[in-house]
Amino acid sequence: MSTSTTASPNEAKLWGGGKSPFNLEYGKVMMWYFLMSDAFTFGAFLISYGTVRFSTNGWPDSNQVFRSFPFAPEGVHAPLVFVSIMTFILIVSSVTMVLAVHAGHNMDKKGVVRNMILTIIGGIAFLSCQAWEWNHLFHEGAWWGSNPFLNADGTASSTNFTNFFFTITGFHGFHVFSGVLINIIMLIMTLLDKFEQRGHYLMIEKAGLYWHFVDLVWVFVFTIFYLL
Amino acid sequence: MSHPHNADANHEANNAAVMAEIKKVTILLSVLTIVELILGFWMIGISSASLRLAIKGVIIILMMSKAFYIVAYFMHLKHEVKNLIMTIIVPLSLFVWFIGAFLWDGSSFKNLRNTYNPYFKEQSTIKVEKKESEHGAATHGTEKHEAVKHKSGAGEVKQKPADEKYY
Repeated sequence: MSTSTTASPNEAKLWGGGKSPFNLEYGKVMMWYFLMSDAFTFGAFLISYGTVRFSTNGWPDSNQVFRSFPFAPEGVHAPLVFVSIMTFILIVSSVTMVLAVHAGHNMDKKGVVRNMILTIIGGIAFLSCQAWEWNHLFHEGAWWGSNPFLNADGTASSTNFTNFFFTITGFHGFHVFSGVLINIIMLIMTLLDKFEQRGHYLMIEKAGLYWHFVDLVWVFVFTIFYLL
Repeated sequence: MSHPHNADANHEANNAAVMAEIKKVTILLSVLTIVELILGFWMIGISSASLRLAIKGVIIILMMSKAFYIVAYFMHLKHEVKNLIMTIIVPLSLFVWFIGAFLWDGSSFKNLRNTYNPYFKEQSTIKVEKKESEHGAATHGTEKHEAVKHKSGAGEVKQKPADEKYY
């Protein structure tokens, strides 16, 4: 260890005090570690889903389960369509969040406000889609402890499928919900000129990290539940 | 700061580079998602187990690359100090073991139950017949069928204790 530090004098200076070794503000470093711990939580959920699915002979076909669409006439089935819209909503809201962070770098208050509003709208749109889907599935008889869907091979299924679906998408939806709340608070603080007074928009960056993480988790949830 | 004009020019160039990167990553993420969806739609009509597995493998690779682009560019991790990247990536590499071990364990549990628990195996080969009519009802969606659907939905609830036993 000591040889490696003496071998590169730059590194010794980096940790020699007087400057930030990670070249990052404390809050952002801690946000990263929080997100890492959150990744383990989601990972544990998804891996337990995988374990249970691997230990069962049959499993419902996601294209049979998630095939409805708002305002679609009865009998019309569109697997994957609704969830792909939800996915794009989240990707777009992630892009507007990046643009808000970028505007914050430039101390461009108008840009921050505009993009934060778009991000919040995206978040609310996603939550509305999820609310519709949950409501629809509930009326089909799916809930925690109740699974009306058969396995893909026509055999009886256990309630594992719906339990995991509602728990994991619910936990993700709760993250989206808190992300929207955080973004609204950031928007209000921006409008009150809090960040102009501080001279930086670092809070927007931290909220941005959280929001991108929510998008990141959806990439996994979407793929695992709807595609695999 | 002592050369404001120079700093401004630098800033402008930097701005353009950042915007170009955002645009590039946005397009990449959209394309990857669309490819994933195309594979997903394609998979609906495929019954060959090995081909399905191969498509699922491709989808997982696409998922991982989407995750990489979000973390590296949107969350800016690629431009951070290497030590910070390591403090995040190294703990997360536990997932390699985590996923491998648990999925292996799951499939081993399934094999053991299929070998030593004939009841488990038998239950997972019996097709549910009541529900077949419900599936038929779902495809023709008239009001009469709707009523049938509700009835069979009630039947499903009664069936529940059997499900629990089966598990």
